[in-house]
Amino acid sequence: MEKTGAEILIQSLVDEGVDTIFGYPGGAVLPIYDVLFKFSGPLRHILVRHEQGAVHMADGYARSTGRPGVVLVTSGPGATNTVTGIATAYMDSVPVVVFTGQVPTALIGNDAFQEADIVGITRPCTKHNYLVKDITELARIVREAFYVARTGRPGPVLVDLPKDVLTAKAEYVRPDKMELPGYQPTYRGHRMQIKKAINLILNSQRPVVYAGGGVISANASVELKSFAKKLNIPVTTTLMGLGGFPGDDPLFMGMLGMHGTYTANMAVTNTDCLIAIGSRFDDRVTGKLDEFAPFAKIIHIDIDPTSISKNVMVDIPIVGDVRSVLKEMLDAIPTGKRLSDYKRGIKGWHRQIKDWMRTHPLNIKQPRRGRIKPQYVVERLYALTGGDAVITTEVGQNQMWAAQFFRFKRPRTFLTSGGLGTMGYGFPAAIGAQVANPDRLVIDIAGDGSIQMNIQEMATAVQYKLPVKVAILNNRFLGMVRQWQELFFNRRYSHSCLGKLPDFVKLAEAYGGVGLRAEKVGDVDRVIKEALKIKDRPVLMDFLVDPKEDVYPMVPAGEPLNKMVLL
Amino acid sequence: MRHTISVLVTNEFGVLARIAGLFSGRGFNIESLCVAETTDPRVSRMTIVTSGDDRIIEQITKQLNKLVNVIKVHDLTGEDYVERELALVKVNTTQENRAEILSIVDIFRAKVVDVGPRHYTIEVTGDEEKIRAITELLRPFGIKEFARTGRIAMARSLRTK
Ligand SMILES: Cc1ncc(C[n+]2csc(CCOP(=O)(O)OP(=O)(O)O)c2C)c(N)n1
Repeated sequence: MEKTGAEILIQSLVDEGVDTIFGYPGGAVLPIYDVLFKFSGPLRHILVRHEQGAVHMADGYARSTGRPGVVLVTSGPGATNTVTGIATAYMDSVPVVVFTGQVPTALIGNDAFQEADIVGITRPCTKHNYLVKDITELARIVREAFYVARTGRPGPVLVDLPKDVLTAKAEYVRPDKMELPGYQPTYRGHRMQIKKAINLILNSQRPVVYAGGGVISANASVELKSFAKKLNIPVTTTLMGLGGFPGDDPLFMGMLGMHGTYTANMAVTNTDCLIAIGSRFDDRVTGKLDEFAPFAKIIHIDIDPTSISKNVMVDIPIVGDVRSVLKEMLDAIPTGKRLSDYKRGIKGWHRQIKDWMRTHPLNIKQPRRGRIKPQYVVERLYALTGGDAVITTEVGQNQMWAAQFFRFKRPRTFLTSGGLGTMGYGFPAAIGAQVANPDRLVIDIAGDGSIQMNIQEMATAVQYKLPVKVAILNNRFLGMVRQWQELFFNRRYSHSCLGKLPDFVKLAEAYGGVGLRAEKVGDVDRVIKEALKIKDRPVLMDFLVDPKEDVYPMVPAGEPLNKMVLL
Repeated sequence: MRHTISVLVTNEFGVLARIAGLFSGRGFNIESLCVAETTDPRVSRMTIVTSGDDRIIEQITKQLNKLVNVIKVHDLTGEDYVERELALVKVNTTQENRAEILSIVDIFRAKVVDVGPRHYTIEVTGDEEKIRAITELLRPFGIKEFARTGRIAMARSLRTK
């Protein structure tokens, strides 16, 4: 029997195993919404309040589960509203598939009502995108879109759907074979390279693992742990890599980079063998490039060949899936004298690292009286949840404090916009993660600035009874901007003070959620405990924190990693 | 250093924009770009002339390879390959200089493809050096219009010894 394009689309989604669409209707996609109206299959539609929110939700869904998140929006403004979300997912390699409505094919290029060249607009911020010009291509393109989004280095894919394609009719056949001659990711690492890498490590005295988000997208954290344990190598991760290695493991040195720990940054500066795994030498990680890991031979494992030797020249590149490469490396580690000699040789290094950890721990002093320290709030969230939560963040100081003071023990429990640094990401991402994990505790650690960028999604969370928690570290400032102005612009606080803030408690209540406020140190635990009890509505916790607090350590932009400004 | 890169792409809507966007978005330069269908109508060949140090060229080839529409990338530089460009040169003529121009055309094995009362249009094919040489020789007569294709290139087949 023939089906309409809209019916084929929905059937294709079901066949891809999609269970949730985050969407917002409009003229160009009404045929799809009409199918959804009648549809009784295993597919749920979450009505968002802004299309940017839909993409971040799909992103949170994807990061927390590893399965592609799906978005459906209308043409023109609906499509352009998704761009920030798409760019966010692109920078952090998150599999998201975005379906946009488009004006009928005959009108494309005519400046028709609600026409936007979304394929042109998103070309540089999608892994790939498609304009479906004919209904006979639809099933194939949907299939490819999901395949491309989730394989290789994952990323967002956009599919633009002209209205006439949605109403045309054709037979639906799920294509069983895909022909993508130009798309063949390399999964298996090169044998010789792996051998060389193991040799290099066994000859080193001061090895360090520097792991990134690739460990998480490749589901390689178990392998990473075995690898580090077997070779007794201290581990640091990037912001994106947090959770990829247990945060409470004795080998873990914390995050490196601009707001990394003293130990991690010193270790990377002094290592003679840096093993970069699923990471890409971002400038926030390396600091001044010529002085990054100056004594190290570098091994780099990554699925994306373009990441290798892009910023830092590496000695042993290994292109491949991080998990499969680590497995092969594990098998290639010799036993016996060679290994025990190596282990004896790195004892001094471990002593040095212990020493750094002891002399320069990350800690804060919360005075009994006086203002709440934002770091203290994060510490208490960690303590009172036992660390068993999915944490999302906004961008700014809140993000860095979350990264520093929550210890992420498992992968896919820390969702943050690392590459693009998108304020407004955390709250919708938390909603998406909650939709995907209804029984888990999901908390957005937020700033008072960022939370206002997608606060409208409060209505979505209330409508679907999602018990997402938001912890606003309310410092009345665009805190990270204020910090830079303090340190680098001689305290000229130009437009970084949020002069007028809403009453967040009342705001939460107005949406139908719960609002709680902590003004004194003594309130913090009570507010958190109360919030944790609520299971049927979103909760917004407003922590009035010390507005003068800064994030330390800090490596000023362009300085080498060992030039940290400490507290 | 200059590189000539031959790229096979699927012949689809938007491929050229994707490649041009990759170059502009990442700050790589394009000196010339030629594209046309191959004998297989589903596949096009692009010949891109670009420049940069080894690291940039490595990034360019890797980034090209990463595009879903790109089937094969071949950096011809450093190999034995044939490259050709075609130029059309409209040059001013007078009664007196026609013979001289025709002899230049002859030396370069070029062709006069259009004749007007006060101009010749000359077609010349060759590598970059040849095109530059003929252009320089014709310049004193006054070049009215000039169009060239940019380079296309192909690796030479390995000769059996
Ligand atoms: C969409 C967007 N606009 C601007 C910025 C620049 N920016 C980075 S951090 C920051 C301040 C964030 O303030 P707030 O959310 O209150 O967090 P805090 O730093 O105080 O924790 C700004 C404006 C950004 N990252 N994203």
